[in-house]
This record gives sequence, C-alpha cells and structure tokens, in this order.
Amino acid sequence: MSQRLRLLLFGAGALGLAVVLAWGFAGLPSFGDFDGRYGKVLAHSAVPQIKATSAVGATTLDYRGFDTLVEEFILFTAAVGVVVLLRVQRAEDEVPAEPEAVRRPTARSGSLRSVATALVGPVLLLGIDIVVHGHLTPGGGFQGGVILMTALFLIYLGGAHMNLGRLRPLGAMEASEGVGAAGFAVIGLGGMVIAGAYLENFIAPGAVGSLVSAGDLPLLNIAVGLEVMGALLVVLGEFLDQRLLMRKGQA
Amino acid sequence: MTAVQAVTLIVVALAGTAVVVTRDPARQALVASVFGLSLAVLFLAFQAPDVALSQIVVGAVALPAMIMLALRKIIRREEVNRGER
Amino acid sequence: MSFLPYAVAAWLLLVGLYGIVTSRNLVHLVVCLTVVQSSTYVLLLAIGYRSGATAPIFADIPTSRSVVDPIVATLTLTDVVVEATVAALLLALAVQAHRRFGTLDPNEMGALRG
Repeated sequence: MSQRLRLLLFGAGALGLAVVLAWGFAGLPSFGDFDGRYGKVLAHSAVPQIKATSAVGATTLDYRGFDTLVEEFILFTAAVGVVVLLRVQRAEDEVPAEPEAVRRPTARSGSLRSVATALVGPVLLLGIDIVVHGHLTPGGGFQGGVILMTALFLIYLGGAHMNLGRLRPLGAMEASEGVGAAGFAVIGLGGMVIAGAYLENFIAPGAVGSLVSAGDLPLLNIAVGLEVMGALLVVLGEFLDQRLLMRKGQA
Repeated sequence: MTAVQAVTLIVVALAGTAVVVTRDPARQALVASVFGLSLAVLFLAFQAPDVALSQIVVGAVALPAMIMLALRKIIRREEVNRGER
Repeated sequence: MSFLPYAVAAWLLLVGLYGIVTSRNLVHLVVCLTVVQSSTYVLLLAIGYRSGATAPIFADIPTSRSVVDPIVATLTLTDVVVEATVAALLLALAVQAHRRFGTLDPNEMGALRG
C-alpha cells in the first residue's frame, strides 16, 4: 500500500474519529461541574476512616488497592520483558565492548561530575522522604520510587560506580524490584489473615498527621517505592549494557 | 477555567505538535522533555500535585534518558556493521 | 471556553496518531505513542476537576472543603510511571528490530519469516 493511499485512509479515519470524539465530549459535564459521588465519598472519608490526610494516597493503596497491585505487576512484567529482549541477545552478540573512554561519558566534564556527585545525597533523602510521607502529603511509592531511581542514576553520571561490597549491584536492584512486588502482595495476605479480606487495612489507624498512621499505607508505600526504583534501574541498566552498576575493580 | 489553565493547555497542545513534527529522534528526546514539563505544570494547574510529581521525573528525566540510550545502542550497531563491511 | 481541555485531549490524540502513521523511524514512533498516552491523562484530569476546589490533601485544610476528584488522580499517577516502562519495552523491541533488519524504517522492514 503506497504512502499516499495510507495517508488518505488515515485522513478519513481521523476525520471520523474526530467527529465521534466531539460528539462524545459534548455529552460530558462541562469543565469544572463534575458531580462524582464516589469521589466525594472517598475524599471525605479518608481522614475519619483511615486517618490519612492525603486522599489520593488513601485511594491508591487502600480503597483502590487492587488496581495498584495490578499496575505494579504490569511494571514488573515490562521490566522483565526488557531484560529478556536485551540481555539474552547480548550473550550471542557480535558487537564488542566499548573502549574505556567512551564508557565513561562524563569523564571529561568536571563540572558535570561534581554537580552529579554532590546531588546524590540530597536527592536520595528527598526520595525517601516522599516515599515515607505518602499518606500525609502529595507523594507515595510511585513518585518517590522514580526520584530514588534518579538519585542512583546520578551516581553513574558522576563517573563513579556503585560499590555494594559483596552484593552484586545489578542483583541488588533486581532483588529490590522483586521484594517490592512480592512485599505488596504479601502485605495484602496479611490483610486476609488478620482482617478477613485481601488487602484490607489491618493495622490500627493511629493519630491523624503522624508518620506512623493510616494503617499499612506506609508499608505499602515502601514496597511500591522499592519496586519502582528497582524496575526502572534494571531497565536503564539493560540499556547501558549493565555498565550502570559494576563492582569496583571490574573495568 | 483560570487563565493559567488556559495558557498551559495551549502550551501543551503546541508542545505535543512539536514532538510529532520533530523527525530526528535525538532532537525529539529533548522536545519530549519540554512536553513532559509542560504537562507537569498543567497537572499542577488542575490541582493534582501527586500526578505532577510523577510526571516531572518520568517525562523530563526517565523517558528522554531511555530514548537516548536506545539510540546509542542502535548507532553503535550501525558503526560496527559499517566497520565490518 | 470550557471545551478547551477536551479539545486539547482530542488534538493530542489525533496528532499522535498522525505521527505514528507517518513515521519513518521506530524510535520516533514510540515517542509519538507517549503523546497519545498523555492525551488520556489530560482527559482524565479534566473530567475530575471541580471549579473552586483544591487538591485532595487535608493536611492543612478543613475536611469539609471541596476538593477535586481523587480517583482520577490515582489512576493517572500510577499510569504515568507504568506507561514509561512500557515505552522502554517498546524501545527495546525497536533496538532488536534494528538488529534483525538493519533498518529503523517501518516501511522497509520485511515480513516476519518463520
């Protein structure tokens, strides 16, 4: 099928789609007039029922916990897919390893290296803070997890390698991803055993506004944060041919 | 609708068009980063700070990084193919 | 003026689809796909917005204050992170396709052979 014919076909289809979209959007309530009862009920029962001041955090992990569990597994599966695609092929690949000068992209830019190294600590703390306070303020596992990923990626940009002693760094990231995904499912089992329903909040709510409150929300946030950080670092590591995390002494 | 929301919506529409119109993937990664940032401002204007937090890091850092890394792998393979021949 | 968010969402969807259909480079195609994904985020948040309401965080406001819908915010924030990883998966597929066919042009890739 020639390019012109394809473009004409797309034009016709897009026109039809635009008409249908316009007709559908005309039936929506006008912008700002949404009267969703479910949303109102959830927003106004987050504080009295679970003692979580962030209604979005409470909705993500408690009221709609199943959706988050499934999304977590989509994330996990996508990371596994990237590993399968890129790692298995590398063993039989003909592309040789890059020379040392190319492997350290920031080797020549001193200012980039120093800024990146200086930022690792603050960004790491920021990420942990956002993960742990997910039930109180905007934040939570997903947001904090990507920030933690950025902090560890800055180590690579700073020209250094992550040295975790005996633990293989890439293995540690995969373990973090697995622990996070499994942790979420296992905490749900705790809900089933203690409170009678899977993913039911089984820890006492506690006082509004304190760090240890809102039942199992902080634990779930930590599990999600570990998983998101691990998954994204594994994916980035595959693209970088695992040079992101190497043991010290390994060139 | 406030003025901030209206202006940000227009900026988002323009940035989205720019992403599609830029054909070179390396340049497109940077335009996608700008698009991600404008989306984050839009989410903030819609009173959803959680979503804006996710979008800032993902759209401006993680996604362009992955695009550039994928491009690097492809260019390296092309160099090897050309060098061998 | 109140149709503007929906119009922008529809525009992003159509422009992204146009980019996918006319793309000559697989990596460019994946980035256009992210534009299509972001049109759904704009649509969801536009639906959940309430005039004069504030963010659904009650740390510093009384619990009786009207807030925007928290459910669409939940759906969108998990979606943002997950779709980025799916885009990474598609980029890995593009890298493998280049390895197999030697080109990134979708028009020149041959049919799959068993």
